[in-house]
Amino acid sequence: MSTTTLSKATLSHLDWLEAEAIHIMREVAGQCANPVLLFSGGKDSICMLRVAEKAFRPGRFPFPLMHIDTGHNYKEVTDFRDKRAAELGERLIVRSVEESMARGTVVLKSADESRNKHQSVTLLEAIEEFGFDACIGGARRDEEKARAKERICSFRDEFGQWDPKNQRPELWSLYNARAFKGENIRVFPISNWTEIDVWQYIEREKLELPSIYFAHTRPVVRKAGGMLPVTEITPAKPGDVVEDVLVRFRTVGDITCTAPVESAADTVAKIIEETATTTITERGATRLDDQTSEASMEQRKKEGYF
Amino acid sequence: MSAIENIPAQGNAVDNGLLRFLTCGSVDDGKSTLIGRLLFDTKTILADTLHAIERTSQKRGMEAVDLSLLTDGLQAEREQGITIDVAYRYFTTGTRKYIIADAPGHEQYTRNMVTAASTANLAIILIDARKGVLTQTRRHSYLAHLVNIPHVVVAVNKMDLVDYSQERFEQIKADYLAFAAKLGIDDVRFIPMSALNGDMVVERGERLAWYDGPTLLDILETAPPAHTERAEKFRFPVQYVCRPQDSANPELHDYRGFMGRVESGELAAGDAVTVLPSGLETRVKAIELYGEKLPRATSEQSVTILLEDEIDISRGDMIVKTSELPNVAKQIDAMLCWLSETPLDPRRKYVVRHTTRESKAMLAGIEYRMDINTMERQPAEKLAMNDIARVSLKLAQPLFTDPYVDSRGTGAFIVIDESSNNTVGAGMIL
Repeated sequence: MSTTTLSKATLSHLDWLEAEAIHIMREVAGQCANPVLLFSGGKDSICMLRVAEKAFRPGRFPFPLMHIDTGHNYKEVTDFRDKRAAELGERLIVRSVEESMARGTVVLKSADESRNKHQSVTLLEAIEEFGFDACIGGARRDEEKARAKERICSFRDEFGQWDPKNQRPELWSLYNARAFKGENIRVFPISNWTEIDVWQYIEREKLELPSIYFAHTRPVVRKAGGMLPVTEITPAKPGDVVEDVLVRFRTVGDITCTAPVESAADTVAKIIEETATTTITERGATRLDDQTSEASMEQRKKEGYF
Repeated sequence: MSAIENIPAQGNAVDNGLLRFLTCGSVDDGKSTLIGRLLFDTKTILADTLHAIERTSQKRGMEAVDLSLLTDGLQAEREQGITIDVAYRYFTTGTRKYIIADAPGHEQYTRNMVTAASTANLAIILIDARKGVLTQTRRHSYLAHLVNIPHVVVAVNKMDLVDYSQERFEQIKADYLAFAAKLGIDDVRFIPMSALNGDMVVERGERLAWYDGPTLLDILETAPPAHTERAEKFRFPVQYVCRPQDSANPELHDYRGFMGRVESGELAAGDAVTVLPSGLETRVKAIELYGEKLPRATSEQSVTILLEDEIDISRGDMIVKTSELPNVAKQIDAMLCWLSETPLDPRRKYVVRHTTRESKAMLAGIEYRMDINTMERQPAEKLAMNDIARVSLKLAQPLFTDPYVDSRGTGAFIVIDESSNNTVGAGMIL
C-alpha cells in the first residue's frame, strides 16, 4: 500500500485527500452523538467506506450505514451494497421511497415520474426515525456548481433545507457540527476529491466495485445524444429502436435518471485513462435529472436533497 | 498539453502533491476570467460545460465565449451578477492537484476572504492595470498577511487595455511594494497578464516579450505546498480514542489508539512525549494507519498513536514532544475577525473551539479595531460583522497554543455562539 509518503513537502495528492477525509470523519465521530454514513453501493460511497476503515479500525465504525433506496436501483448495486456491509461487519439500514409512498408522504405526479428527488423525503423521515444528528455523505464539490459552494460540514434546518446565502463560515480545519434537536448536519468528507481522484483511489486501494461500472453489453435506446437503458422499470416505448451496446456506468443511482456511456473500459486503469480524456462531465453525460434547469441541483439541495 | 497528460501522477511518476490557493479580486478585475482561463488552458473544462457557457454567452448577447461564466454559481448570484460565497474549484496539471478558493471581492465579504484564506498556501491578488493599487488591493493584501498566507502573487491583469505597457506595470509594482513593506509582506511576486487573451497565465503569449519572469502556472507548479518550510513543533490534538475491546481477538484487549491528525511537526516511534493537560510523560510505542506500522508521522497525516504507558487520554487532549511544549493558556491575545451579523456582545459568554478542544470564553478587552481600508488602529467597544480587532479573551479551560505565525493548527480558533450554534468569529493567537 502506498499510503505513507513521508516528507511533508511530498505528501501525494491522494494521501493528502485521504488524510483530510479521515480527519473529517473522526471529527464527526467526536462531535456528534448519533451520526450515520450514507452508503449506496456507488463508487464515491465505496471510497468513503475505505476512509472510514482507515479512520476507525481496529475499532468498529462509530455509526451505522444507511441507504435510501428508491426501489429503482440496479440489482448489481444493491447486492453489492449488502455484501460490502456484511464483509465489514457493520450495521446497514435500508429505508425505501416505496415505504414513504405507502405512508402517503411521497406522492408521485405520475406512475413513471422519477423517484430520485423524492429520496429527500424518505431521508428526512429516516433521520427522524433514528434521531440522527449528522449524515455523512459522499458528495463532491466538482460534481456540480451548487455543490462548489457547499461547506464540508453543512447545516440543515428542521426541514432539511440548505440555505446557500446563510451558511456557517468554515475556517481552517475547525468544523462546527453543532445542531439543535431536530436540526441536522450533512458532512462531506470527500468534498475536495474530483472524479479522477476517486478512480485513482479505487485503483490504489484495490477497491471492489459493482460490475456495472465496467464495460458490459446492455440493451439501450439512443435518445437526444444519450442512451437510455432498457430495463423492467424503463421498458422501450413503441417505436424505440433497441440496440445492444457495450457500455459502462460512470455514476450509478436511480435507474430512471442514470444513463450509461459507451465504453470498452473493463478495468479501473482503463477507466482512469478514459476519465482523463473524456470531453463530457460526469453529470452531463449521465444524469438525466440535472439537465432540466441550470439550477436544478441547487433547487433540490434547498429542499433537503443530499 | 494534451488531456492525457493531465492524469495526476501515480506510482513512480512525479507527484508534487496538492496546492491550495486563493484568488482575491472582484469580477471587475477579471478574477472570474482568470479562473476560467486557468481551467480552460489546463483542459479542465469539458465540452458540455463549454457548450453551456457558449449558449449563455450568446443568450446575453456576447460575441466571444465569456470564461467568467464558468465560475457562475448560485441562482441569486447569477440574478444579481455578484459572488456571494466562497466557491472551491479544482484542476490538475499532471504533476500537481490544485484547489482554488474563489473569494468574492466586495468589502462586505471580508469574512468570506478570511474563510477562503484560512486554508490557502498561496494568494493571487488581482490588480486592474488601468486602475492600479486600490483600497481593495490594500484590504486583500492585509487580510492575506493577517491569515499568514506564505506566498503572495500580484497579478497585474488587463495588460491588453494598457497596451502591454512595461512602464505601467513597473509603476504598479513600485506602488504595491511601498505599502507592502509597511505591512511586513516580504514574499511577493509580480506578473503582468491578460487573462482575457491568456497571456502569462498558462501560456506566455506574444505580447509581453519584455517580461522574462515565470507565468502564473509556473509559479503555482513550483510553490512549496507545505504551509511553512521551517521546522515545526509536533502537535497532535486527540480527536478520538479507539478501544475496540474485541472479545474475539485477545490482541485487541488492551488496545488503546489515540486518533488524530498531525497539525504540525513530525513524530517517530520511540520519541518522548507529554500529554496535555495531565502533563504525564511517556514514549511512542507505535504509529499506525489501518493496521500498517509507520516509522514516523508528519504534518497533515491522519494516524493512530499508541503509547508505552497506560495514560488516561480523551478527545481534546494533546500529545506533544516533551522537548517542545506549547503554551498552556487561560487568557489569549488574538486578532479576531467577527463573522456574524449579530455584533460581539462584551457581556456574553461564547465558546472558543481550538484544535479538538472547546472552552467557554469571555472578552477581556479590545485593544484596537483595525480599519482595513486605511490601516489605522481605532479604539472600539464592540465588534460588528467584518471587523478585525486585537482582543484579549479569558478562558474557562486552558488551551494548548502556539502563536498563529508559528503554527496555523494550534494558533487558530473559531468562536461559536451557543444560542444559535453559529460560527461567529475567527481568531489568530498572537
